Amino acid sequence: MSARSYIIDDREKKTFLLDREVLVSDEILRREMSQIFGRCWIYVGHASELGKPGEFRSRKVAGRPVIFVRDQKGEYHCLFNTCRHRGAIVCTQREGNARRFMCIYHGWTYGNDGSLIRVPGDDAYAEAFDKIEYGLKRPARFEEYRGFWFMCLDQDAVPLHDYLGRAKDYIDLVIDQSPSGQMEIIAGVQEYDVAANWKLMVENSVDDYHLPSTHSTWLNFMANSGVKIEPPKEEGLVLPTRGLAVELGNGHFTTDNINFRGRPVAKWIPLYGEAAKAEMDEIRRELVARLGEARARRVADTNRNLVIFPNLVINDGSSVTVRTFYPEGAGKMHVTAWALGPVEESESARARRLDAFLTFYGPGGFATPDDVEALELVQQGLANWHEDRWSEMSRGMGKETEQLNSDEHHLRIFWRRWNELMGAPA
Amino acid sequence: MTIATRTVVTRQEVEDFLYHEAALLDDWKLDEWQALLTDDAAYYVPPNDQLEGDHRNTLFLVADDRERIRQRVIRINDPNCHAEYPKSRTRRMISNVRILGVEDDLITVAANFVCYRFRRYERVREYVGGYRYVLKRAGDSFRIKERRVLIDAHELGSLGSVSFIL
Repeated sequence: MSARSYIIDDREKKTFLLDREVLVSDEILRREMSQIFGRCWIYVGHASELGKPGEFRSRKVAGRPVIFVRDQKGEYHCLFNTCRHRGAIVCTQREGNARRFMCIYHGWTYGNDGSLIRVPGDDAYAEAFDKIEYGLKRPARFEEYRGFWFMCLDQDAVPLHDYLGRAKDYIDLVIDQSPSGQMEIIAGVQEYDVAANWKLMVENSVDDYHLPSTHSTWLNFMANSGVKIEPPKEEGLVLPTRGLAVELGNGHFTTDNINFRGRPVAKWIPLYGEAAKAEMDEIRRELVARLGEARARRVADTNRNLVIFPNLVINDGSSVTVRTFYPEGAGKMHVTAWALGPVEESESARARRLDAFLTFYGPGGFATPDDVEALELVQQGLANWHEDRWSEMSRGMGKETEQLNSDEHHLRIFWRRWNELMGAPA
Repeated sequence: MTIATRTVVTRQEVEDFLYHEAALLDDWKLDEWQALLTDDAAYYVPPNDQLEGDHRNTLFLVADDRERIRQRVIRINDPNCHAEYPKSRTRRMISNVRILGVEDDLITVAANFVCYRFRRYERVREYVGGYRYVLKRAGDSFRIKERRVLIDAHELGSLGSVSFIL
């Protein structure tokens, strides 16, 4: 199939249209698996999930079952969870601590660094058979930035640090919440399916245009809890405070908003309760002392939803979530979401962070279920894609000034990059 | 002394109470349901991978105190709660009710449940799991002090959300 463009990006007329076929086609999904997931850096896991040597998590990354593990020396590995002998999954536990992984089929056994250490009855093999050649396979590349580990299936990809580019600054901003510069994944995973194309979650994660209509019950809840929800004062704004959409290169982008919704680090809202004030003041003082007034304000008084192309979202909003999602067919995705917090956080601050998380995010939160509903309604509506072919995404395109979080500038960044990687003629 | 203050509880009484609660939830009579709660009631749905976790240090699906329950009901009664408008139809089956312990006026109860959920015209979703209650004796009946829902599925997966009171 020859590559074609799936967008109409008319810079003169200031219109941007997306071909809805990209959200419904199994053929396009197959090409995405090689062109996007086979070439980009894909999030595997966070260093904090593996505390001690031998600790592992088995999970699926871009459709590949992998073992994210630390060996006896403490080195991190990403191993394909597939026996070299006949192909069975070798690690059936979701998490744990193990020195070795034994395939239950014929007993081939691998060390937690992936090396093949035992083959039952190995005297039946010819001399040319060398165990060293039969360690568990692994992705071509496996690199980390500040605890976030990514894999890449393309040997020739640019290094992770270059790939992340300016997105690193926004990851740093999240990590600056921690006095020691160390954040950790908190226990408890939220895993749920959404009956919608995976790319709709990319859009939804950064689209602030939808907040007043999709999340009015959440805004009411915030108001009921004592948060001031004022009507927007400025033209183009849909939320009480101003927020921007920022391009970060390589298809990455973020929103960058002046906070009104509270921040566990460290912007008090009445929802947290009077008793929390003293501790939150203390957290704020530590920020200012360590980072200076301006940077402390960046950390505490702004919230940001960051997309690392193609499918890692770090929402530093009501709380911090690390969220990734994979297609399971053109019309379905599987979402995994974690909470992230500073390692040295007190018991009460941790509890506040988790409570704040649930005010908005997750399958039982006061907002996420309505996002899921919106995305599923899109997917259902797309059954008419053949007759009603184009999604309109021009919002904000006519402006010379800054692009707002409620414009569609950042969505266009995603789609341009996606279109380019899918081989559209330049 | 011990005998005078001892609360006698039968399984039948507890079952009647749980069936009544289930009927209110299935009928979306959420104000009547809230009247069954104590002033310090809590409602928890732990994450599928940490059923025994503590909501203060583990990310739950739901961890509501009494005020949050009140806000949750306001939200899901609102037609702008899109995940529940039109409202799901639910039907819950409760069985294997066991009284695990009685201490003063507090009764710890376990039960199995299946909750079938229908949304618009899509296929049924089946939530299967266990309930754990802490009930408080209130005259001839009980009030709910704690309600904990343990979902058996290893991940929420195709169940999608917990946007109603499970």
